[in-house]
Amino acid sequence: MSSQPNTKVMPLGAAVARFMKDGAHISIGGFTLNRNPMAAVYEVIRQGFKRLHVYAHSNGTGVDELIGAGCVEKLEVAYAGNGKTAATCIRFRKAVQDGTLQVEDYSNFMMSLRFLAGAMGVPFMPTLSGLGSDIITTWGFPPQMRQADPKLADDKLVVIDNPFGNWADASKVLLVPAINPDVTFIHVQKADTMGTCRIDGLTFADVEQAKASRAVVVTCEELVAPDELRDHSERNQIPFLHVSAVCHLPYGGYPTAVYRHYDYDAAYLRAYAEAAKDDAAFDTFQKKHLYGVKNHRAFLDLMGQERLDAIRADPRTGYAVNMKRG
Amino acid sequence: MQDQDYTLREMMAIMAAREIRDGDIVFAGTGISMLAATAAKNINAPNSVIFFETGAIDSLVEELPLAVADPRVMYHTASNAGLLEAFATMQNRITGDKVIAVLGAAQIDRYGNLNTTAIGDYHRPRIRFSGSGGGCDVASFVPRCIAFMQHEKRKFVNRLDYLTSPGRLSGGDARMVAGLRPGGVSVVITNMAVMRMDAESGELFLDRFYPGITPDTILENMQFSVDISHAREAVPPTAEELKTLREKCDPQRLIL
Repeated sequence: MSSQPNTKVMPLGAAVARFMKDGAHISIGGFTLNRNPMAAVYEVIRQGFKRLHVYAHSNGTGVDELIGAGCVEKLEVAYAGNGKTAATCIRFRKAVQDGTLQVEDYSNFMMSLRFLAGAMGVPFMPTLSGLGSDIITTWGFPPQMRQADPKLADDKLVVIDNPFGNWADASKVLLVPAINPDVTFIHVQKADTMGTCRIDGLTFADVEQAKASRAVVVTCEELVAPDELRDHSERNQIPFLHVSAVCHLPYGGYPTAVYRHYDYDAAYLRAYAEAAKDDAAFDTFQKKHLYGVKNHRAFLDLMGQERLDAIRADPRTGYAVNMKRG
Repeated sequence: MQDQDYTLREMMAIMAAREIRDGDIVFAGTGISMLAATAAKNINAPNSVIFFETGAIDSLVEELPLAVADPRVMYHTASNAGLLEAFATMQNRITGDKVIAVLGAAQIDRYGNLNTTAIGDYHRPRIRFSGSGGGCDVASFVPRCIAFMQHEKRKFVNRLDYLTSPGRLSGGDARMVAGLRPGGVSVVITNMAVMRMDAESGELFLDRFYPGITPDTILENMQFSVDISHAREAVPPTAEELKTLREKCDPQRLIL
């Protein structure tokens, strides 16, 4: 397939090296324990990028790994938990309580609208969310820092009177500033060699994140020729225009779930959360699973086929029925 | 306390399930709130619609999800969309007014405002929590919200350390003045009691206390005081409700 024109296919290591740099503003796709671009996250960590500015709605698994590895300096976030596997992500909590991570809090709708604004090329979007809350009045990033950084809006959020009077029964609206990340990583079920993506199941905010970003690195379970995705193209969410690189990475979302392919590895996520509670245990855990393997394939080999078989999705439901999760 | 054949978690799940009316659109989280939503669907509100902030609408929940992005929420839905669509459905009055939400929090005040962000100074918190997620959005948009709380002094506080999700703000018409629509927390379900929001004053009052628990015990476990003059004993879960909850809703015992 590499002989075709317009191919954006490249190895993940090369894509990360090409589009990432220290201090980059990035976002990752997925939501809590689903469809996080974990192979890409691990590669960013292994290549040692630091001082990252991360935009997240609820990308628990991947964001906590990045924080745990010391890659993140600033985080704009709505929810730093991971469902029932970690009510609050452990390394995130530790970093905030220790003062090693600067955080700016938003809500999930606010973050989604911010990506949408970036994708649409407008400076902000309006919403009726959050009026009267401390999300508006309490700033994590001080005003001087915002003013000094051209990549940050001067204000966290702005409330204005409805410029259309009381139209649509709203007296005030909250304006949320656009986000345009330098790089966004997403993991999808199917992509073609030019970068067009077809996502099965919930898209979360992947589409808006991708369209808002200057560079987009896609990892995929299945890599196909462009003609295949031109059939039923109404099922595609991201056309190739937005995509910079495509990397074929089966199980690239592991240990998070990828609908119709595999479930999350509940035991792994719990083991991670358990290890994360203690610095030494976490160090040992990450040395074994992250730094001790040279790439995602080697990580999967370490985990073993039996483990991957246990999370294989059932064709009827799209998840692993009766999988042990408790 | 008299002998009970149910646990407090079961009591809480059933009390919440009874709040859900047939035809409601139920915004569910994980854990006990998910259990309440599935219990309602199986017991008293068969035509209720379960939906998730991740964009899954009318999921067929055959196994309890461990997160709102669990692939278990994506099965047999009317549509699998994304976050924007889910929140727009609640911000949109036409559909939003039919939504009842189930939320949790680290702290709640007398006005039903919730803190899910931090304890202590925001910039250097003593305990950091996950943050809003969709909680602030939901509490801003929909007319009825159930808050699940453990009844403890450190959780029912005079003043929140951080106001993440708006209830009635400072009470009275403060919510309207801020520009929010009517809504926020309308009922609080704890391991001891059910409290409701007084529409006029915008303050919580005690509505029901669980068998074996007195209003005084409830007040002892809160920093602020509430009106207890309307309080009556709650009707415990029936045998039928318990059977459905245990056998149909959580046979894997993930939450119970």
